[in-house]
Amino acid sequence: MQNWIDIAYLIAACLFVVGIKGLTKPKTAVRGNLLAAAGMGVAAVVTLLNEHIVTYEVIIAGVVVGGLIGAVMAKKVQMTAMPQMIALLNGFGGGASFSVASAEFFRGSANDTVSIIATGAAVLIGAVTLTGSLVAFAKLQELIDGKPMGFPGMKLVNAVLFIGSIVGIGYLVANPGNEMVFWGLVAAAMVLGLLLVLPIGGADMPVVIALLNSYSGVAASAAGFVMGNSALIITGSLVGASGLILTSIMCKAMNRSLTNVLFGVMAEAGEAMDEDEVYAGKVKSTSADEVAMMLETARRVVIVPGFGLAMAQAQHAVREMADTMEAMGIEVEYAIHPVAGRMPGHMNVLLAEAEVPYDKLKDMDTINPTFEQTDVAIVLGANDVTNPMAREDKGSPIYGMPILNVDKAKTVVVVKRSLSAGFAGLPNPLFAKDNTLMLFGDGKGAVLDITTALKEG
Amino acid sequence: MDFVAQLTLFVLAIFLGVELITKVPPTLHTPLMSGSNAISGITVVGALIAAGSDSGMLINVLGFIAVVLATINVIGGFMVTNRMLAMFKRK
Repeated sequence: MQNWIDIAYLIAACLFVVGIKGLTKPKTAVRGNLLAAAGMGVAAVVTLLNEHIVTYEVIIAGVVVGGLIGAVMAKKVQMTAMPQMIALLNGFGGGASFSVASAEFFRGSANDTVSIIATGAAVLIGAVTLTGSLVAFAKLQELIDGKPMGFPGMKLVNAVLFIGSIVGIGYLVANPGNEMVFWGLVAAAMVLGLLLVLPIGGADMPVVIALLNSYSGVAASAAGFVMGNSALIITGSLVGASGLILTSIMCKAMNRSLTNVLFGVMAEAGEAMDEDEVYAGKVKSTSADEVAMMLETARRVVIVPGFGLAMAQAQHAVREMADTMEAMGIEVEYAIHPVAGRMPGHMNVLLAEAEVPYDKLKDMDTINPTFEQTDVAIVLGANDVTNPMAREDKGSPIYGMPILNVDKAKTVVVVKRSLSAGFAGLPNPLFAKDNTLMLFGDGKGAVLDITTALKEG
Repeated sequence: MDFVAQLTLFVLAIFLGVELITKVPPTLHTPLMSGSNAISGITVVGALIAAGSDSGMLINVLGFIAVVLATINVIGGFMVTNRMLAMFKRK
């Protein structure tokens, strides 16, 4: 019997792998997701055959409660709030692994060195993921201030908590079943999770979410070691690898090292650049009508969206503007910087929701060589990711950050309320370039005005 | 399953994961994250065993919590992934 159950778990793991493979292309992605869901179904059903399961009341209650909460969350969540939802799901994943490992501990099934260490690891990583994700959620949902929070000596406290946890796990290996030490480990891990995420600023949240995603996978894998379950081990490490890759992509896109993000180190501010010096007398402003006139003669236009666009709920307006231009025979594409949204791939989802075809969404490496053949680049709610200082000014704190080379376009139109700085707190010399025109105003209003002018013209 | 066999699985699966995930285009990174949340709900396997066992009240309570959390991940994760992917599918 056990062999058949294990083979069913293997089938489930294969379905997960095939499912993720489906996610490598938009066309096969829906089917991939369904295959993965089917794998989960297989794993859950064969588990119910497990000889240790004698009652079903608690199981049914848990599945009903969890299923309802999950379904409502999935149906109701706004696409702009997706980072918060992912943060919560990461936390719940960590919490589930933590609870499972705790249950195994109190059942006394962990009695050899390997399974005690695995239990300790699942509790430690699971609890850190749980409380850390709740802080990330609170910051993204703006329940608490997004600014970095901390106190002197915080790193020391974190180090003590971490080393204390490791010592606690070691103690449990020597004295299996000591409940006092176990609860101490739980408490230390939960506080550690809070303290690790509190000092991380709002701008770095994409990295944190990706990293916690990875942790939730590693916690599941550790729980798999505790239970000797291959499906958990394989799946957990797949998720762990996925989170880690996304973390490194985000770090690279933000020009931050993972250590800097984790320890809340902001880039050293170089010589303070004077805004007046950058902008004085060089900024030219324009009007929607003027932009429309320019677009009428353009052959190729690239739209550069930032999160400000989504905050203004302007995605549909932008798509309508693009449709109008395409009807006039203008080629329109979108340039998506990896950190354009608030998590990996977020901007793509926001634009897909507004029915922008996904093949028009180009990533940074694809679109950058094409700016030189672009007549007009329209920057909407993006700032730091277009700052040419990242490419040219070695003294700048953002030097080396990969940016969208919008300034290479023949004309750049920046739609923005004012000349205020972005997350990096730096002036953007793009705004003062000879080929740049500023269209001051509300993003959505400006886009609607341009569209109207285009239709009339 | 002995420790070395488990470790072998763990390490090989990480390599497989890296190979697979690097092929996912940036456009699908958000659905990838929600989808991987859903499959990390595989912990439900351990949760079900704890919730349905007769090893005492504390185990059942922990099992119940784990079943609720893991089911939120599974149902919420797959449903929201499906919702997002449907947006990418239409043309």
